[in-house]
Amino acid sequence: MSFINYLSREINCKLVYYGPGLCGKTTNLQFIYNKTAPEAKGKMISLATEQERTLFFDFLPISLGEIRGFRTRFHLYTVPGQVFYDASRKLILKGVDGVIFVADSQIERMEANIESMENLRTNLAEQGYSLDKVPFVIQYNKRDLPSAAPIEELRQALNANNVPEYEAVAYKGDGVFDTLKAITKLVLTELKRGSGG
Amino acid sequence: MNPQMVMYEEEFNQIQAVVERLVKEANAKVVFIVDKNGQLIAAAGDTENLDTTSLASLTAGNIAATGGMARLLRENEFATQYHEGEKANIHIQLVGNRVILVVIFDSRSSLGLVRLRVRRASDELNAIFEALLTKVQSPDRNDVLTEITDADIDNLFND
Repeated sequence: MSFINYLSREINCKLVYYGPGLCGKTTNLQFIYNKTAPEAKGKMISLATEQERTLFFDFLPISLGEIRGFRTRFHLYTVPGQVFYDASRKLILKGVDGVIFVADSQIERMEANIESMENLRTNLAEQGYSLDKVPFVIQYNKRDLPSAAPIEELRQALNANNVPEYEAVAYKGDGVFDTLKAITKLVLTELKRGSGG
Repeated sequence: MNPQMVMYEEEFNQIQAVVERLVKEANAKVVFIVDKNGQLIAAAGDTENLDTTSLASLTAGNIAATGGMARLLRENEFATQYHEGEKANIHIQLVGNRVILVVIFDSRSSLGLVRLRVRRASDELNAIFEALLTKVQSPDRNDVLTEITDADIDNLFND
């Protein structure tokens, strides 16, 4: 849930990167961290296992410029993708303003994508949100891999609502900022709409 | 869903006064307040060399995880947490199930003193946040968000 601070003139929002294990959520954040100017970012925190798998969440605060004299700040979180960390995923969705679903394009991960998408819908509903209403974009990651499924097939399986979607190769940065821009735009538009503006 | 958190100057000054007094009365190094989503609301004490943004996010994660454990045990919440280090200790208190009050202290203070002072500060903070919530929900409040245009949002990305 966004936090409007009239004193420091800031609009703070929370974004969550969701998706199956090893789809590239943390890689998205790492690329954003590396490409963001030092004055526009805070420290990136990764609560990970010794094998560098996300255990609880990654966290990266960034700021994106001003609107009407208010600085826009976004707190980026990832969830742990592995199925058995479901309890943690639910916690991280609390107070979310926008969700990015990172799909793993590899055909052998199609089932995992679908399962994770259903899990997202269920867990959002538990927090009182509907996936059909919350600002939401999809990123099809790992487009450079030979086993990547055709976009049309991924779209049919994952994007029934026709939300904004982006192809990506996250470790190279392809599509990473396009995805981020799209979700921040949706979030700000929703904030404006929600306030009757 | 929680209503949106908004902070105005009047309430911020009240909160900041409570937090600054708590630093003194509890002999604390740092006191800060975070909302349950990890946004830092106020801080006082020796915050200069402290990454308060990261601490805020981790504190909220910690409270969320503990809240998850509480539910599994059919408890409402574990409202208080205490972490003891070699030099620094952290006392974390959930206030009104809405915000989190964090006190960092060393050997110049004690857990007993911190607990005592936190209790009073919690009551005061609870009242302030209750009033703030009522204000935020009133329909005639002046809201920056209503003034934002689509062009403003587009301009953010013209780089």
